[in-house]
This record gives sequence, structure tokens and C-alpha cells, in this order.
Amino acid sequence: MKEQVKKDFDNVIKNLSLSQRDIEIKQFYLDNFINRGFPNRREEDWKFSDLNQIIKKNIGELSFYNDYTSTNKVDTSVFVDGLEHNKIVFINGRIEKIDFDYEKKDQIEIIDQSETINKSSNNNSLSDLNNAFTNKSFKIVVKNGYQFEKPLIIYHTTNSKIWSKNINLRLDFKLDKDSSLRLVDLFNDTSEKNFLNIFYNFDLKENAVLKNFKIDKFENRNIKYSYNNIEQDKNSTSETFILSSGSNFFKNEINCNLKGEYSSAFVNGILSLNNDKHHEIRTIINHLTENTKSYQLIKSVLEDSSKAAYQGKIFVNSEAQKTDGYQLSKAILLNKNSEFNAKPELEIYADDVKCSHGSASGSLNEDSIFYLMSRGLNYHQSRELLINGFLLDVVEKITDSEIKNLIKNMIGIKE
Amino acid sequence: MDQRQKEIDNLKDYKYGFSTDIESTKAPKGLNEEVIKFISNIKKEPKWMLDFRLKAFERFKQLKEPDWQKPKYPKIDYQDLYYYSAPKSMNDKPKSLDELDPKLLETYKKLGIPLQEQARLNGIAVDAVFDSVSVATTFREELSKLGIIFCPISEAIQNHPELVKKYLGSVIPTTDHFFATLNSAVFTDGSFAYIPEGVRCPMELSTYFRINASNTGQFERTLIVADKGSYVSYLEGCTAPMRDENQLHAANVELIALDDAEIKYSTVQNWYPGDKDGKGGIYNFVTKRGLCKGKNSKISWTQVETGSAITWKYPSCILKGENSVGEFYSIAITNNHQKADTGTKMIHLGKNTKSKIISKGISAGSSDMTYRGLVDISSKASNSNNYTQCDSLLMGNKCGAHTVPYIKNKNSESNIAHEATTSKISEEQLFYCQQRGLSAEEAVGLIVNGFCKEVLQQLPMEFAVEAQKLVGISLEGSVG
Repeated sequence: MKEQVKKDFDNVIKNLSLSQRDIEIKQFYLDNFINRGFPNRREEDWKFSDLNQIIKKNIGELSFYNDYTSTNKVDTSVFVDGLEHNKIVFINGRIEKIDFDYEKKDQIEIIDQSETINKSSNNNSLSDLNNAFTNKSFKIVVKNGYQFEKPLIIYHTTNSKIWSKNINLRLDFKLDKDSSLRLVDLFNDTSEKNFLNIFYNFDLKENAVLKNFKIDKFENRNIKYSYNNIEQDKNSTSETFILSSGSNFFKNEINCNLKGEYSSAFVNGILSLNNDKHHEIRTIINHLTENTKSYQLIKSVLEDSSKAAYQGKIFVNSEAQKTDGYQLSKAILLNKNSEFNAKPELEIYADDVKCSHGSASGSLNEDSIFYLMSRGLNYHQSRELLINGFLLDVVEKITDSEIKNLIKNMIGIKE
Repeated sequence: MDQRQKEIDNLKDYKYGFSTDIESTKAPKGLNEEVIKFISNIKKEPKWMLDFRLKAFERFKQLKEPDWQKPKYPKIDYQDLYYYSAPKSMNDKPKSLDELDPKLLETYKKLGIPLQEQARLNGIAVDAVFDSVSVATTFREELSKLGIIFCPISEAIQNHPELVKKYLGSVIPTTDHFFATLNSAVFTDGSFAYIPEGVRCPMELSTYFRINASNTGQFERTLIVADKGSYVSYLEGCTAPMRDENQLHAANVELIALDDAEIKYSTVQNWYPGDKDGKGGIYNFVTKRGLCKGKNSKISWTQVETGSAITWKYPSCILKGENSVGEFYSIAITNNHQKADTGTKMIHLGKNTKSKIISKGISAGSSDMTYRGLVDISSKASNSNNYTQCDSLLMGNKCGAHTVPYIKNKNSESNIAHEATTSKISEEQLFYCQQRGLSAEEAVGLIVNGFCKEVLQQLPMEFAVEAQKLVGISLEGSVG
């Protein structure tokens, strides 16, 4: 891998006109990545998902160079119907379209920060990889008091032009005071065996509201890693919803720093897997000041020989009195080959707090199935009904009715 | 003299903090093959035992000290420790209690374990371990009538080699982790109990550990085998004198339960926790593991952890036999600068296995407490169940309470449920108690005892009273 990375890196640098200093910085991150390699199970955070093995097994040799000089045609058929929205379209990692038709142009600022390298770091080698290879990165600023009229949908599309590629993406968002944004990440892949490495950074100022929906619904054989870092000021709210289902492997990480009083974070997730898929959600909620709140609900339904993992951590430092932290993960294992691993963690240094977590995993309740069958449903219908009900619980947590309906339609949950 | 006076002053805080001036024989300082041979030689061990030790030592040399635990400690210099210390008078082992060094007897009397009285009164059979050797075992004759073997493990190696050979290292092999392997190489004594088929042990078996000499590590090994259909309840207590330096205690405890057997293992751990500023105290790095080898077997761990500067242990159950049951009840209290990283592992291998974990953690002062646990249901363990509850209570904003459970479910017919809460003592409860005339301290004591009740109930009666008092003492001065 070493040789390949170095060769591809030189190729990338050649095509960019970077200052000597920037090249050095990128080189530094590259060296870091080469030293550490892909995360493996010896690292505590990757205990349940050995990315190194997964890449080796599913992709083999990755190549890191992507030709971003030629454009791709935007396939409009992937766009969501019946919902007016703004768009950012990524095809094979290249930004093809930015469209804020429904918004006031002077209230939004899009800053191309490709020239200036601002590092994102989460202590694993994937952030080094991302820092070394991202060559186009935007910062989207929502200005003071502006509320997005329509949701913003980011299409992460890949097509069969790429194979065994590593794609690195980075976006930064800044939500100024009193602003709000609804952001949907929609993954749509017709490619196979690629590794997507996505870093988002959100900076929420006072009273800002962020709703982020990450939807990985469509069947594909790609491997994905997504990292959201959310910084929250006073009174801000973040809501993250994750539907993790389509990819071969997907690890979603949410790192949330509640820095301002009365800020709150919500993370809700569904892991609905079949075949030999392996998905993980990892959350770290840092309660850093008084009167902050977090709520997490993760539900998994596992068929065939699929594997799901949930690692959730609530950290409360000694100043963060009156913290309210809650975390619940539930899993239904439908097949004897499926597997669910959880590590719900509490790390608490303040005494006036209310923190709890719960985790349960097991089979479908046969008594409930019997009850439904005695009312005339067949086995299959009863099972479906119970699973739908189980998952609907999470979808109902979504506070935006437009997007709630969109997601309900997508996963075919009927009420 | 000065030192003596200081110790007496300190006694007010930790009543077991005295040390006894008893001449002792020590092995040369340091850890090497010679020392291991010295220990083996002094114990007159057969060759297979020495080989066992040397094999462990070979492996130990390749191991690195783990560092993933929450409480960090300054590096231990393993070459600067004595690995063997025995009261000199034990060189010619006394045949009865009357021949015991009176100073030793006095020490145990101070600890509240009057060996002689207990020999007369009907009560608990005690194996007292002083520094590295077992000094007295009571009630042996009565037990032997039932076929129960209860003796120091060094004697068992001589007299029952077939049993020791078969079971020693079968649960904690010589290839285990750092501290367990160190123990396998240098363990000096400990208790051995064998309960024959179908026998219900009529009394509580008990070991009392005491570290006396300074600069010594204490490495005991306990092995309990419950043959088919037998039952035994085993108690363990520990204390140490107060010293400014930290002392290492790395014991191994192996339990084996065959078909239909039940072992109940209770610990009240009250090693010296260090002074108010966190100076001194015992490092309690113990490996405890039980194997439910046979069908319908049961192993139950109950622990009350109030002492030690650092407690780092995970009493575990390997549920191999069908229908076997593992239980873990724990109260861990940390105050001042104490640190604890404790919990359990429940490894479900057999069908229809069940486990239950109840853990109560209380931290006060500047202490830090972590519950770390593993529940692993393998793909063959159909129809298994686990229930885990871990609650933490925080007193003051300088302490920490953490919960790190690992939950692995590979079987769709098995269920795992886990809950954890962290909170402080509610103002309402305190107010209610104080309004009825209790002082703040009494009120806290009452509430904490209620919080711990589920676990305290699991302890044998004699221990429950002691433990309840300990809970109170450990938290003294933490309110207000």
C-alpha cells in the first residue's frame, strides 16, 4: 500500500498548484497516515470493526489518485421528487453542482478554502488520510438570523467509472447566531468496492439549529466512513438522524461538543442490515458546561449474517452540572449468524447530573408474533409489523415533518 | 519511635494499619529464575510445579505491562520487590495452633479473627495467610471427615498433587495476562479447597490475607474445586499495614464448578487505601476467574471493595456447561484519592446459560471509579440470558464515575439487557431523613446502605454486618 499511496500522492500534488508550505503540511499528514495505516482492531475505537481487514477483504489494493479534471454529467433522475430543495452534487468525489435556488443569495456564503488548509482531526489515521488528499473543500456559512427556506440535499453519487478508489471529502458549515439549516446527505452508488472517507465540521453559534439526516439506503458494495464534528454554543440544537443500511460497510461517527449553556444534541439512528453487511455508529457527546442535554436512540434490525456495532459515549466534565444525558440502544437479531456489539459508555466527573444508558439485544418476541397471528395475520406479516413498529419509534423522533415523510417513504414504513 | 508514633496516629483512620514486628525470612530482592527456584525449593515443591513456574516466567518476560486501564499508576519496578517473605517461626511449621507464634495470633486477634476461639466455637473455617505464607488453617479435621480438603495450597501440592496438577492453571493458564502470569511464576501460598461429590460444605470456608512486611509483593493463589453436586461458600478478607510506599498485591483465584455444583465466593476487601492525600496504599491487581465446567453449575461472586489505593480486577465467569449460571454482585466505594477499575466478564459458551450482574459504585472525595464489564454470548450459546444493572452514586464534584460495558451478542435466540444510571443522592431523600431527626452523615449512611442493599443481601451473615459497617466507615468525612 505504501508505494501506491506515495505514488498517488505525488500525482495529486502535481495537478494542484499549492504553495510549498501547503505541500509540506499535506506531506506531514501523508507520513502520519503511512505510519499508522488504516485503523485496526487493536485500536479501542475500532475494536468491533477492523477497517484494515475489511478493506483488505472487500477491496484489496486501493488507489488514492482521482482524476478531477474532467466533469461528470449530472444524472437528474437521482434527485428527490416532490420535495423542493437546494442541492450540492458530488459525483465520484468531485463537486459537480451547487444550487441554492430557493435561498436568499446574500444570506449564504460559500467559501472555497481549498487553498488554505485547515486541519480536521479526530485522532485516527483517517483524518490524516483526509487531510493529505482532499483537494477541494468548501465552507458554507449561514448568516446571522437566516433560516434556510428549503432543505439542502447533498447527493453523494458514485458511478461505475471508479473502482477500488479512495475518495476523500470535506465540508465545513458555520451556522451564525439564530440561523438554521436542514441538511440531508443522500448516498447513491452504482459503483463498487470504493472507500469513501467523509469529514464534516459544524460550528453552531448561539441559538442555531442544525438538523442533519444521513441516509444510506441504496444497496451497494462500497465502504464508507463519515465523521461529523459538531461544536455548539449557547442554546444551540443539533439533531442527527442516521439511516444506515445500503453500503457494505459504513461507520458513522458523531463527535459533539456542547460548549454553551442550554445547548442540546440529539442522535437517532437506525441500522437495518442484511447479507454480510457490517455497520457501526459511534457517538461521543461531550458535556462541557452546565445545563446541557443529550439524547440518543439507536435501533438495529439484523438479518442474515450482518453485524452491527454501537459505541456511544457520554462525557461530563466537572463543570457540567445539571447535565441530562440519555442513551438507549436496542437490537433485534433475526438470524443466528447475525451479531450485535455495543459499548455504551459513561464518563462522569460532575455530581449533579442525570445520566443513564440502556442496551438490549435479542430475538423478536414470539409472544407478540403469536398475538398478531391469533388476530389473523400470517407469520410474515406479523414479523413485518413488529419490525416496522420497532423502527418507527426512531423515525418518529425526527422533528421535521417534511423530511420525516421523505424517510418514511424511503424505507417503506407505513403507519 | 517516630515512625511508630506516626502509625499510631494514623490508626485513627485505618484501624488495621498497624504492622507487627515479626522476624521474617525473605527471598533475595528481585525477579529472576533464581528467586523462583528459591521459592520452589523452600516450599519443597515437586519438579512439575517448578516447571509450571518457569514456564510462566518465560512467558512473563515477553509480556508488556498493560496500560489501558483508567487509573494510572507510577511504574512498578519489579526488580525492587521481595517475592517471598515468611515469618521466621514458620520455618518449622507448627502442628497445632498452640505452637503458633503468639505475636501472629495477636495480630489476627487485632484483626478480629481470633484463630483459637474460632477453633473452639462452631463457626468458620479459616485459612490465615500472613505475607506470603499460610500460617494457620482451622477446622481441618472436622472438614476432612466429610472428605473436604481445605489447606494451604503449598500443602496441597505435596499431599494432593493429582488434584492440583489437574486443575491449577486450567482456568487462568500460564499464558494469561501480565499480572496473572507473574502470579503463576512467583505465587507463594494461598488456599486450596476441594469439595467431593455430593457434599454440601457445612460451614463457611474463609481466608484472611494480611500483608505485613514492607517492599513485598503479595502473590497468593487460591484454587477451589467443587465436584459434582457439591456446594461451598467461601469468604475472603484482607488488610494491610499503613505504609507510605505502594504495595503490589497480585493474586490469582481459580474456581471450578463441575456438574450441579455451586460455588459462592465473597470478598470484603479492605486493604490499606492510602492516606488522605493519596500517599501509599495497596495496588490490588487481582485475577479472579470461575469456570462453570459442568451442567447446571453455578458460580456467584460477591465483592465489597472499600480498600486499596487502586483496585483493578474483574471477577469473571466462563459459562461452559449447559444451564450454568454466573452471578456478580459488587459494591465498590472509593474515597479520597482511591481509584477503582472493576467489573466482571460473563462469557457464555454453553446453551441455556444465564448471568446476572449487579454493580453499585459510590465515589466520594477526589476518587475515581470505573465499572468495566464484558458480556459475550457466543454463537453456540442458544437461549442464554444476561441482565446487567450498574448504578453509580457521586458525592461531590471532584470525583468521577464511569461505566464502560462491552456487550457482544452473537446469538439470535439470546437476550441481553443492560442498564446504567449515574446520579447523586437526591435532596428530597436527604431532607426527609434529616427532618426525622437524623444527622446529615447518618442520613447519607442510611441512603447509601439502601442503595447497596441488593448486594449486601448476597453476603453471608457474618460478613454482611462487617460490610455494612465498612460502607459507613469508608464514607466518613465525605459529607458536608
